[in-house]
Amino acid sequence: METYLYIALFAPLVGSLFAALFANRPKNIVTGIATSTLLFVAWISSVVLLMHVMHGEEVHVKLMDWIHAGGLYIPFGFVVDQVTATMMFVVTTVSTVVHIYSMGYMDHDRSFNRFFAWLSAFVFSMMVLVMSDNFAGLFIGWEGVGLCSWALIGFWYERESASWAANEAFIMNRIADLGMLIGIFLVYWNFGSLQYDEVFAQVADKDHTLLIMVTAFLFIGAMGKSAQFPLHTWLADAMEGPTPVSALIHAATMVTAGVYLVIRANPLYSAVPEVSYFVACLGAFVALFAASMALVNRDLKRIIAYSTLSQLGYMFVAAGLGAYWIALFHLMTHAFFKALLFLGAGNVMHAMDDELDIFKMGGLAKKMKWTMILMTLASLALAGIYPFAGFFSKDKILEAAFATDHYVLWTILWITAGLTAFYSFRLVMLVFFGEERYKIFGFHPHEAYKFMLWAMAPLAVLAVIAGFFEHSFMHMVSYVLPIEEYHVASGTFWTLVVVTLGIAASGIAVAVFKYSKGGFSKKWEETFIYKLLFNQYYIPKIYDEYICKPYAELSRIFWKDMDLKVVDATVDFIATTIYKSGMASRVVQSGNLSNMLRWMGVGLLILLLAAIFYSPVR
Amino acid sequence: MITLSHYLILSAILFCIGLIGVYRRKNLLLLLFSTEILLNAVNIGFAAVSKFYGDLTGQMFAFFIIAIAASEVAVGLGLMIVWYKRRGTLDLDSMQSMHG
Repeated sequence: METYLYIALFAPLVGSLFAALFANRPKNIVTGIATSTLLFVAWISSVVLLMHVMHGEEVHVKLMDWIHAGGLYIPFGFVVDQVTATMMFVVTTVSTVVHIYSMGYMDHDRSFNRFFAWLSAFVFSMMVLVMSDNFAGLFIGWEGVGLCSWALIGFWYERESASWAANEAFIMNRIADLGMLIGIFLVYWNFGSLQYDEVFAQVADKDHTLLIMVTAFLFIGAMGKSAQFPLHTWLADAMEGPTPVSALIHAATMVTAGVYLVIRANPLYSAVPEVSYFVACLGAFVALFAASMALVNRDLKRIIAYSTLSQLGYMFVAAGLGAYWIALFHLMTHAFFKALLFLGAGNVMHAMDDELDIFKMGGLAKKMKWTMILMTLASLALAGIYPFAGFFSKDKILEAAFATDHYVLWTILWITAGLTAFYSFRLVMLVFFGEERYKIFGFHPHEAYKFMLWAMAPLAVLAVIAGFFEHSFMHMVSYVLPIEEYHVASGTFWTLVVVTLGIAASGIAVAVFKYSKGGFSKKWEETFIYKLLFNQYYIPKIYDEYICKPYAELSRIFWKDMDLKVVDATVDFIATTIYKSGMASRVVQSGNLSNMLRWMGVGLLILLLAAIFYSPVR
Repeated sequence: MITLSHYLILSAILFCIGLIGVYRRKNLLLLLFSTEILLNAVNIGFAAVSKFYGDLTGQMFAFFIIAIAASEVAVGLGLMIVWYKRRGTLDLDSMQSMHG
């Protein structure tokens, strides 16, 4: 089993290094095929491992000692338990699909090889993140995915907006990673180890305040990676990257790392209900907050990005309520249908020459039948309609919220479910149905390559059927995660299901009804609420106005007034003083022998006087 | 009666004459002469003190100095002849090629 573990871990790395060899060369299809093949191998290994751990087994290996200094001992260890196996399965499935898809999507890009090098490097980092058996390894993976995300958001670095977005994402994540790092330090100082099992074994006899600090700081890290409020702005801007990147990194895998962290550290979080409750509340807030922004956005990818944010909020609610396995389950189903949605959006973008405004599309269903079907499937799953995957996981979260008496959270999530259904189908309706507005703008859409559609098929299948594995999934992760059976009366249960389905269905109905008749009137766009939502609650503007600008101003002051006038001036003063004294004293060096002799005489006199007056022997 | 003081005073007077010569003269040849006067002033001092104490070390030192002075003159005169052939003068103020 160790062999499979190593294959799953290192196959992406080998692929990445191989592709990197050709990074500066013109497009070479071999890099795409090689990395995809290696990822497929990694996928097979992951599936084997998943089968292996399904019945309570666990694979634990120690690759080598990494740091062994004094009391600090950190091995390079990897563990595959049920949670990790699930994450590995999700990561390798989505990334294999995305790799194959990218061969078509990046077909005409001149940096084809570089793209695959970074994409595989990302998968490797993600594998390190999920497979590590200690916080230090997790942190390496964490930074690795951050780096790869930076490189891939800014993949078309010649566009200023792309490199700006890449830097924004990187800097936002640095802020959060500082919190995470402090959390890890606290863990080390107080638990004396970074190994998960050793740390979690000591939770019971630790001070409550300490646990609050540890979990809070770790959660700050999770907030950055999973783009939770107030560090959420980078995710929407990250859509500047190529669409397969958005599908893999900014929907399915990397952004869920924060949720993974909370799930992985569940013994810590379940020991501090306060922090967990905060996690749940923040999650619910973000779910609604992001969904509301998705309602009015006109940008195809940004809508899906906001929906990702919103779904991450759902996962945090589940994790915060202690229903870790539901969070993981939603993470998994979400990865499938959201990646599918993004890849569909990639097809649309290709067809529309990278146009993103959904109001310039419409009626694409005729030209892109299969993409339409796949995206509709994904949207149904996202909206949580039976029997698609999203129904099972989202319904479970709502049920958990209701059963633990968090009625406010439940209401927020319930409303969000309606909004989710509405914006998903607003997107589908505006892109694929209705008036063919693209003709006005002179686009000639065409369906994507056949193999790209085929590559998406596994995701479509999973988006449909993944929900039915609910019970076997629960059984599997019950070896590592606490399972709470929620007891709601059968009648209440069915009422909940019907109510949730009802709001989702009505959301869809409103969207279909309204947008098949030409959409909402222009008057809406004049209202305050529309402007507020369309400008993302003015948060980017507020950040710019109250953080970036004062910071720039402060930097300018430090530069002009502190650095130039104090530091530089001091250094320059010392230099000029020495220089001037040198200039003044160089006349001594006249080269005239008489002068030198005279100086020698003076020196002799001084020494004589010194010898007479300061003689040690009196 | 001629005592040690007389010798030492003579030595000091000679030394001062040499020193003034070193300072005032602008001709390199005369500078060399002045240096010889300095050295011999010191020699007188050594010899006198040696006789006074009945210790031969000082006289030996004087011999060494004479030997060194001789070799110094040999080398110095040689250099000076070369210099004079090249430049046609031994004026100190004209020798300022190391001017800073």
